[in-house]
Amino acid sequence: MPKLIMTADDSASVRQMVSFTLKQNGYDVVEAVDGRDALTKLGSQKVDMLITDLNMPNLDGLGLIRGVRAGSLNKFIPIVMLTTESQEAKKGEGKAAGATGWIVKPFKPEQLIAVIKKVLG
Amino acid sequence: MIEAHIITYREEANELLTELETSLLELEETPEDSELIGRVFRAMHTIKGSGAMFGFDEIAGFTHEVETVFDMVRNGKMAVTKELLNLTLRARDHIKSLLDASVSGEAIDCARGDAIISGLRLLLPEDVSMEVVQSVKVNVPAVELPSGDNKIWRIRLKPIPEIFLSGTNPLALINELRNLGNCSVIAHTDLIPHLSEMNPEHCYLYWDIILTTNRGLDAIKDVFIFCEDDCELKIDLVDDGESDTDQSPRKLGDILIERGDLNPAEMNRILGMQKRFGELAVAVGAVTPDKIQSALVEQQQIKNIRQERAAQDAAVSIRVPAEKLDQLVNLVGELVTVQAHLSQTAAFQNSADVTAIAEEIERLTESLRDTALNIRMLPIGSTFTKFKRLVRDLSQELGKEIEMVTEGAETELDKTVIERLNDPLVHLIRNSIDHGIEIPGVRRAAGKPAQGTIHLGAVHSGDSVLITIRDDGAGLDRDRIREKAIERGLMSATADLPDKDIYNMIFAPGFSTAAKVTSVSGRGVGMDVVKKGIESLRGSISISSNRGIGSTITLRIPLTLAIIESLLVRIDSSYFVLPLSHVEECVELTREDIKNAHGRNLAHVRGNLIPYIPLREQFEISGNRPDIEQIVITAINGSKVGFVVDSVIGEHQTVIKTLGRVYRDVKGISGATILGDGTVALILDMGMLLQTISNEKETV
Repeated sequence: MPKLIMTADDSASVRQMVSFTLKQNGYDVVEAVDGRDALTKLGSQKVDMLITDLNMPNLDGLGLIRGVRAGSLNKFIPIVMLTTESQEAKKGEGKAAGATGWIVKPFKPEQLIAVIKKVLG
Repeated sequence: MIEAHIITYREEANELLTELETSLLELEETPEDSELIGRVFRAMHTIKGSGAMFGFDEIAGFTHEVETVFDMVRNGKMAVTKELLNLTLRARDHIKSLLDASVSGEAIDCARGDAIISGLRLLLPEDVSMEVVQSVKVNVPAVELPSGDNKIWRIRLKPIPEIFLSGTNPLALINELRNLGNCSVIAHTDLIPHLSEMNPEHCYLYWDIILTTNRGLDAIKDVFIFCEDDCELKIDLVDDGESDTDQSPRKLGDILIERGDLNPAEMNRILGMQKRFGELAVAVGAVTPDKIQSALVEQQQIKNIRQERAAQDAAVSIRVPAEKLDQLVNLVGELVTVQAHLSQTAAFQNSADVTAIAEEIERLTESLRDTALNIRMLPIGSTFTKFKRLVRDLSQELGKEIEMVTEGAETELDKTVIERLNDPLVHLIRNSIDHGIEIPGVRRAAGKPAQGTIHLGAVHSGDSVLITIRDDGAGLDRDRIREKAIERGLMSATADLPDKDIYNMIFAPGFSTAAKVTSVSGRGVGMDVVKKGIESLRGSISISSNRGIGSTITLRIPLTLAIIESLLVRIDSSYFVLPLSHVEECVELTREDIKNAHGRNLAHVRGNLIPYIPLREQFEISGNRPDIEQIVITAINGSKVGFVVDSVIGEHQTVIKTLGRVYRDVKGISGATILGDGTVALILDMGMLLQTISNEKETV
């Protein structure tokens, strides 16, 4: 069965690119437009992994990560955050919140897949 | 597909710019509204982040500067001022124009962007200097090329108990290590608490991993890039791959035995009483069995790799002077001769025991012969590389565009053969470059690609190697060759020869059709020398050509010069050997046949007339012809010729001995060999024999 991965990003173009790349590599994808949307969906749906942006309206990436780790259904899933180069400090915050890893924007599709393979094992 | 992403990005960026404008205008009303500041920041952040993803580097770079300022505002380090809003609105317009320019392809006004950025920098508080845009860094471990020797690493991976809450799967890490090289993993269970104290969501295990890899430390560290803060990680090099393979000190017991102070039986008894160190260590409670297990695995892995390395060391090549090899091959040749004698004697003895031994020796000799000959084999590739250079230099000199393609560079040939092939091949390739491939203009006019191709290939075929030199040039000019051949008296003007025979004219000494002499070729020395060179290797040469399409020259070269497969024949009491590579078949020749041929030396073979040479007459061997003779039909230079002998004895492993100085120039005999019973048999050079005879016929 293909693994199900959620991509949470307020940027439609990034979501589209991530989804496309994942689907092309045989993963199933759920999209979420911001942190709140993602957390709501994750409350009722088991996924194998979460890829989230950090800056999102309504609930930001850090809030989303904390929310997932505090929940039950997806408590232990790998979470990869998308950061930009100016957010080195954010990596630490993200890790503290419970992120598994990170990808620095901009990234190429193959880099995304490499990180997914790494954390999914 | 990337196009679709870009279109989505443009739409999204336009929406965000609109939102940015609205938010900025609202912010002017309520400069303290942190929600609005957040929106402004996010809009710019997304424009920047996604812009960089889809190749809008200008936009990403510019927006980054503006975003940095708003990050300050967001963190309360700067206040929202009229000036800031003005600049930001102008920045927003600039981003919009950058975005539009990316569609229309208009030139971008860089100066305006720079002015906005310097304006923004002036607004920054004095203690904060603007961060320079860092080069974009990607944290995905780049695939490192394996570098150098295998080394052994000991990795102790001890995750914090809460590791699972960061979504890290230790198994995934271990599997990733496995991808780097050979891995032994030992799990330590001594930290697992009693069930009542256990938190099922915690990780109590830790691991020792002994990894053998040729990737460096960085590759190993990259595995743990996401979790280095969540793990106690210790990576040690335990074997650097360079230390001596047998450095471990000798054991005490072994030394005592060697001195004679202890006999082996006693030692084994003592060793039996002794507990192994690991067991002792566990028994006194100093370490846990896991730890011992882990250490043993490490020891084993180091042992394994040392053994492997020792095996590899032994496999590396050694350099031996060529004479030693020649000597070896000579000795093997002698051995083959003696072995043939032995087999023959054993057959006469009619004793099963002796025959069994003789057969065994025959088998061994054969593999010894193959091995010895194999040692002298070298791939032809090194020669090919040399020719690439030749083609490159010569084609430039002549103003031609020529590419050389090689195939079968790994084909192996006897070292001596390769050396002696060099000159003929140089000649042939030069010919292809000079006469074959046309200059680019001519080629284009003929509808061919401007760049010509010379294909050099080598392939095994039985006990020979076929070397082909093929070009896609003009091909041989049949009429010119014919004209020239007639002019030089090589053929009569009225003779109607097949193409193949006409092409073969170019092998005549001094033959050249080149209009003028170039530095490369045309002096008419060449093809006859090439042919002689190839024939001295007991090889043959043939040409095929298509006018306007190209020509192909094929060389057939025997694998080795030392030992050949051949056909042993007898005439009266003399033995002769014919190289088997030329032999096609053997047919009988009866008195009746000779009578029917009316004095001509022609035999009917399945409807074809085949000329033959009665060797008995040729070599003036006295005695009576048997009633039924044998014709050995051979293919020489593409035509069939028979050689009449008294009887065919069979296949024979012929160890070639050169003739002494006195007989070296005898035409038609290329060497001699010693048969099992000590008799000498002469090796026939059929091509030369044929040529000598036809020359004699012509002079008569």
